[in-house]
Amino acid sequence: MKRYEAIEAIINSLTGNEFIISCTGMISRELYSIRDTPQHFYTLGSMGLPSSIGLGLAMSQPDKKIIVIEGDGGILMNMNTIATIGNLSPKNFIQIILDNESHESTGGQDTVSKTMRLEVVARAAGYKIAEKTASIKELNSLLKKCLNADGPSFILIKVERGGKDVPRVPIKPVEIKNRIKKLI
Amino acid sequence: MDHVEFCSFLKRQGFDFFTGVPCSILKDIILHLSNDKEVIYIPATREDEALGIATGACLGGKKPVVLMQNSGLGNSINALTSLDLLYKFPILMIISWRGHQGKDAPEHLIMGKSMLELLKVLGITTVVLSKDESKKDILKAVEAMKNKSIPSTLILKRGVIE
Repeated sequence: MKRYEAIEAIINSLTGNEFIISCTGMISRELYSIRDTPQHFYTLGSMGLPSSIGLGLAMSQPDKKIIVIEGDGGILMNMNTIATIGNLSPKNFIQIILDNESHESTGGQDTVSKTMRLEVVARAAGYKIAEKTASIKELNSLLKKCLNADGPSFILIKVERGGKDVPRVPIKPVEIKNRIKKLI
Repeated sequence: MDHVEFCSFLKRQGFDFFTGVPCSILKDIILHLSNDKEVIYIPATREDEALGIATGACLGGKKPVVLMQNSGLGNSINALTSLDLLYKFPILMIISWRGHQGKDAPEHLIMGKSMLELLKVLGITTVVLSKDESKKDILKAVEAMKNKSIPSTLILKRGVIE
């Protein structure tokens, strides 16, 4: 599956009440081009930190579902946050990794995720659900399961390299922050 | 001021969410916060992770504080420049000052000497906590954080908080 298709599947599975923290680079750009709402926090920089931001939001808003969408390069950069998430075990936290085994936003250099079983790491850290998939059908049922069960949950989606030619997120960082804060 | 009074004073300023990485200078403060049922204390694995968690807490309506040793400031620079300064998140950073006046283990000396300048270059207010006017100093750091809506720092030397 393409990364774009995976993001579309995620968006189509939601009820509309969830908050999404997305990572720097193509993932935020594709998410923005598929759908933009004030419930999205596009992390324009700070590669590796979206899961930590999502954790802080999940801990302060326990009644809201928080979804993090990050790439393999990003989570490998801050893999330690999986330990913190497992330790705190927020029920309302869903972490989705779009794994194309490369740093595509910077020219397609290989990451090391090919030999790294991240879903096993999440399981070892104490996540309630931690699965890997490469099929859109299975992804849809996993998303449904995670949205209806207690987390923390982890879905690793193996995606093909290549994406849509979409523009940068045009919203100013302060505005991205202000519009999500207004909802809380 | 002792660590209990220090924590109570922070709570009276509205801070209700704490995260960080320990330092021996901060040990009593962190232990106290960890046992305080009225606030959240999250032990982070790295200082930039702590800033990320605090940023999420800020989005969620909390008033966060990040605690760290100044060695962790090195780990925090990108989180500050591409997240908290960029999006303007008001976060109080409490940073212990290892390597103060060149008297410490060798690994602390370079950061100990350059920390204040590093923060100044980033446009982040630094308030070095004094023994005599602790409350006034804390308020100064909090005001700077609120006025600019960006992180400000309260620097703790060893022995200033009992």
